[in-house]
Amino acid sequence: MLHVAVATRAFRRYSTYRAATLAGIFTNSVFGIIYSYAYLALWDANPTAGGYDAQDAVTYVWLGQALLMTIALWGGGTTDDLAERIRTGDVAIDLYRPVGLLGWYLASDLGRAAYHLLTRGLGPTVIGYVVFDIALPSSPLTALAFAVSLVLAVVVSFAIRFLVASTAFWLLDQSGVKVMSGAFAIFFSGMMLPLVLFPGWLGTLAQALPWASYVQVPADIWLGKHTGADLVAALGFQVMWAVVLLAACQGVLRLATRKVVVQGG
Amino acid sequence: MSVTEPLIDVRDLERTFDVRRRVEGRRRRVRDSVLAVHDLTFSVDAGEMVGYIGPNGAGKSTTIKMLTGILVPTGGQVRVAGLDPSRDRVELARRIGVVFGQRSTLWWDLPLRDSFALLQKMYRIPPARYRDNLDRFVDLLDLGDQLDTPVRQLSLGQRMRGDITAALLHDPEVLYLDEPTIGLDVVSKGRLREFLRALNDERGTTLVLTTHDLQDIEALCDRVIVIDHGTSVFDGPLAGLHEQGGSTRTLVVDLVDEAPPIEVPGAVVRRVEGPRQWLSFPAEASAAPVVAAVAASYDVADLSIQEPDIEDVIRELYSRGA
Repeated sequence: MLHVAVATRAFRRYSTYRAATLAGIFTNSVFGIIYSYAYLALWDANPTAGGYDAQDAVTYVWLGQALLMTIALWGGGTTDDLAERIRTGDVAIDLYRPVGLLGWYLASDLGRAAYHLLTRGLGPTVIGYVVFDIALPSSPLTALAFAVSLVLAVVVSFAIRFLVASTAFWLLDQSGVKVMSGAFAIFFSGMMLPLVLFPGWLGTLAQALPWASYVQVPADIWLGKHTGADLVAALGFQVMWAVVLLAACQGVLRLATRKVVVQGG
Repeated sequence: MSVTEPLIDVRDLERTFDVRRRVEGRRRRVRDSVLAVHDLTFSVDAGEMVGYIGPNGAGKSTTIKMLTGILVPTGGQVRVAGLDPSRDRVELARRIGVVFGQRSTLWWDLPLRDSFALLQKMYRIPPARYRDNLDRFVDLLDLGDQLDTPVRQLSLGQRMRGDITAALLHDPEVLYLDEPTIGLDVVSKGRLREFLRALNDERGTTLVLTTHDLQDIEALCDRVIVIDHGTSVFDGPLAGLHEQGGSTRTLVVDLVDEAPPIEVPGAVVRRVEGPRQWLSFPAEASAAPVVAAVAASYDVADLSIQEPDIEDVIRELYSRGA
């Protein structure tokens, strides 16, 4: 119940920034259009690149734009609040509460993600559907699997952002690490280019790293590239990374109270 | 928990921090271990009001962080309400309250009422008890008109009262207050102290108060623990602090005419300003013989006595500790 209340509050807090939301949807759409034409040119030259046809490729573009803010791909979200609270020492207040820090921030980030999904996610998807006729999930099961995959994408992204924010316990400021992590995320999530296009060992590596959970896995589920046991394996891959990374977050938190000074008196 | 066990029990507590510092002539920074708290032993019984004071950097906050479980000691033992704070942090958090003068536990974007409602869920406070406590504290702290105001729009005093309500809704056994009156005006300070005293009287809530405002201590605490350089340099009643600190009372004498420094047995002139002179004598001595001696030899227009200043006493203790 508490965590639902926390998520609801985060949803409301983000929903106060209406102008920023509209500007964001506009930006996503502009990039969606640019990328769409670039991909169409690419698939015109090689119509089966990465096992995608041209409609798959354009759908992938708009899914990427829709996921960008929903999963807070290049950082930000409620983990920025955490980093700021570590820097100012206010994190002490969070630690005095009879509730785990990780669950609290996760609930909060899920609330934020829900808001961004309904605005920054839905907006570009509708525009992509109207302007570029993107593919929709072929069955209710596919849609449901995509929904699950999307939640897992947010959790994996949250865990990585939480780890990045935790570096503030040692470095006092997360910004350097955040920029670096954001660069990795853009490249290895398939945001810039679908991972299915990465050649040889680089492709294998990219598909095994946690960032593949961000865009590549949910997009492939939406496109119906995973079915049956393959679909279970794809979701299992995300679950595995979510569990491993959340455990790492918990470990880092324990280490922080053992090793580190909480800033300020 | 047995009846005889103190509520807070600290034994040989130690906390070191690793710091790296630059040393001239060396390329790598040198690892250094700093003793923030060491050899600290004290216990607090349920219902006590204890002032925990010391200069900046003495180890006050480090101690409080270990008492509340957000920092793990590197040596010694802490037990609070029968729990090991760092191991049972979440369980302990349900039984303690924390108030910071300079930080807020409230959510800046929420009205007070919603912040309190979130805390009710967080501490799983039974609805009836929650309503009782809320009504009571809102009434006592005069917060009725602010309940629907977002926290960011509250004045410092209002926010502070909101924070204190927030810390007490779950009936904590111990309330830690860190500089609770900082930045408040005199009237608000007085009201707050009155409230805390009543809380201790009526509910037996144990108070641990860290502050630089020694009037807080004088108004509230029967017992003071003074910490300096990471360890306790005094632990006892406020009166004992005066004795140990060698505190003095001051007799202010207004003479009819200017005169050379007064010479009477048992007192020393500290200051002369025109016809006014300041004489100090030991705090435990009676003022009567000094007053009589002055009146016998000089033309006195007026007399007054100043009680020892606890601030001076503590300064004296610090300087001796160093």
